[in-house]
Amino acid sequence: MRHEVASFRIRATSYIGPDGTVASDLPAFASDPEQLIGMYRAMVLTRTFDAKAVALQRTGRLGTFASSLGQEAIAVGIGTAMAPDDVLVPSFREQGAMFLRGVVPNELLLYWGGDERGNDFAGQRHDFPICVPIGTQAAHAVGVALAMQLNHERRVAVCSFGDGATSRGDVYESMNFAGVRQLPVVFVINNNQWAISVPRSAQSAAVTLAQKAIGAGIAGEQVDGNDVIAVRAVLTDAIERARSGGGPMVVEALTYRLTDHTTADDASRYRPDAEVSERWKAEPIARLRDFLVHQGHWAREREEQLIDECAAEIDAAVQDYEGYRPMPPTSMFEHLYATLPHAYLAQRAELHELERLDG
Amino acid sequence: MGDQLTLVEAVRTALGRAMEDDGNVIVLGEDVGLNGGVFRATDGLAERFGPDRVIDTPISESMFVGLAVGLATQGFHPIVEYQFMGFMYPALDQLANHASRLRNRTRGRLTCPLVVRAPYGGGVHAPEHHSESFEAMLAHIPGLRVVIPSSPAKAYGLLLAAIRDPDPVVFLEPKRLYRSIREEVDDDGGALPLDRCFTLRGGDDLTMVSWGASIAETLAAAEVLAAEGVGAEVIDIATIKPLDMDTILASVGRTGRCVIVHEAARTGGVGADIAAGLADEGLTSLLAPVTRVTGYDTVMPLFRNEHHYLPSEQRILDAAHRAMEFA
Repeated sequence: MRHEVASFRIRATSYIGPDGTVASDLPAFASDPEQLIGMYRAMVLTRTFDAKAVALQRTGRLGTFASSLGQEAIAVGIGTAMAPDDVLVPSFREQGAMFLRGVVPNELLLYWGGDERGNDFAGQRHDFPICVPIGTQAAHAVGVALAMQLNHERRVAVCSFGDGATSRGDVYESMNFAGVRQLPVVFVINNNQWAISVPRSAQSAAVTLAQKAIGAGIAGEQVDGNDVIAVRAVLTDAIERARSGGGPMVVEALTYRLTDHTTADDASRYRPDAEVSERWKAEPIARLRDFLVHQGHWAREREEQLIDECAAEIDAAVQDYEGYRPMPPTSMFEHLYATLPHAYLAQRAELHELERLDG
Repeated sequence: MGDQLTLVEAVRTALGRAMEDDGNVIVLGEDVGLNGGVFRATDGLAERFGPDRVIDTPISESMFVGLAVGLATQGFHPIVEYQFMGFMYPALDQLANHASRLRNRTRGRLTCPLVVRAPYGGGVHAPEHHSESFEAMLAHIPGLRVVIPSSPAKAYGLLLAAIRDPDPVVFLEPKRLYRSIREEVDDDGGALPLDRCFTLRGGDDLTMVSWGASIAETLAAAEVLAAEGVGAEVIDIATIKPLDMDTILASVGRTGRCVIVHEAARTGGVGADIAAGLADEGLTSLLAPVTRVTGYDTVMPLFRNEHHYLPSEQRILDAAHRAMEFA
């Protein structure tokens, strides 16, 4: 005799559709225009930053950079759903969340401009820096969450990574351990459909990436990642659930990478322009703007003013960034260990001597 | 007056002492809880300190060290146990990409005071993958410390030092010595210095440098040499990285002869670095070529042949004789 021993469902949430349809049961924060305008501003600031950073890279003033074009709603949803004491353990496309949490644009420019000081956030001391090796930060988030649980704190770790990262063993290992211990951690998958040149279809045969949570015994759901109201609402629920002991969760946010993987990539080599133009129709900033305009909360003058403000803020950040002199070469020894071991004093002295001769 | 402890008992005693002294010290790994670890290094700790401080983890060898990184950034001092060094390869990613560089890449904002413990080396007739010694791979990682004790007292004092260190330490335990020797260990909480060699035996004719389990054969060879009238100084490196070349250079400066003994494969081994250090800064005092007695550049053989792979007392003596005969 055979019988069903387990089954699962994956729920998907959206409030504002790409065609402007609005669901009737909007979350409470969506009735406060100031909240929505704040989120709109955060997305526009992120897009302004990304465009400027790409321009700086193209003119040799910044290193390789990963733009979040088209995915701003996910980062802003994360940033608005988290409490200040929570810990963000990001990948490298969460600038929108990092700004909301106190990281300033010139710090991220400094990081992508080849300077470790960009990770020494002045206004945000406890979040993790950008993580480059794909998905490896999932384990850090689980460790942070275990510390919170052991300390009986009402705090949550939020870890974000892309669709490609879900193919990694350590992401699964982290989800699995989070499930075993019912840790206060929320995993956010930025499913932008492309891992450099590898499309979502070649990444996994799973119908959804959210269901990867099921194998780890934790909850998983999807959200429209281009609907910032939905992202914030779903993540707020997930984070508050984790905070009150409800355990971990995986949220797959569906979006699209509207530009290259990084400035070192050329997406025209592997995906048709038509696909990208089609996806522009669903991008998150215009969607929220249309909603705000329709509700009577937004007008052209405010839009122009906002664009000017964001441009001025990013220009000031660029100026600040370009004012940084490189650290002295011997700084590479400065934070290697708490105290530089005796064995490396001679190497530092050798470099110091070269530095002196270079003047 | 301390008890006569085996090396594994000394490890357990040091873990208990560190956990007693500091509530932020926690132990994680496979079977470390009620089972007390496959070698019983954590035996009794779960009963003493409870399941929140001695945590059994799933078999997630890629994740453990990352988990410890997260814990360490929140003020804990995690000690992660790997059951055998051969199962630590997945940890290289987290060790090299994160644990060893988080302090540097955040300019000291976030740090990683954690210890990764693993039994290493051959000689106990273990199954495949259970006898590895790739300490040189770890020693190549900037920002890491790699420590290998050679006796119960060294294990106790160096493990306490590793746990109290503000940076990540890989602590490799010579499993061949886990139960084969006893030594008096005073559980007084006294740590031994890291980053320093220990001179185990004085001598003016020849310097022998080794660490971990191979110290046993090296000391035995020194004893034979003494009977032959050759004074061999035996240096236990103890901290593989950072390497205390000063002590080795001072000794070879007196003896002019050096034999390096290690169980790991020769190419790219820590012995190569010691030989290079002697060539750089000790060349004028050398009276004979620096020689290495090591594991071969082969896959660690299954146990029927492992004694042919491991540096034996005879191979060490042969190398010492060649060094002494060199005009």
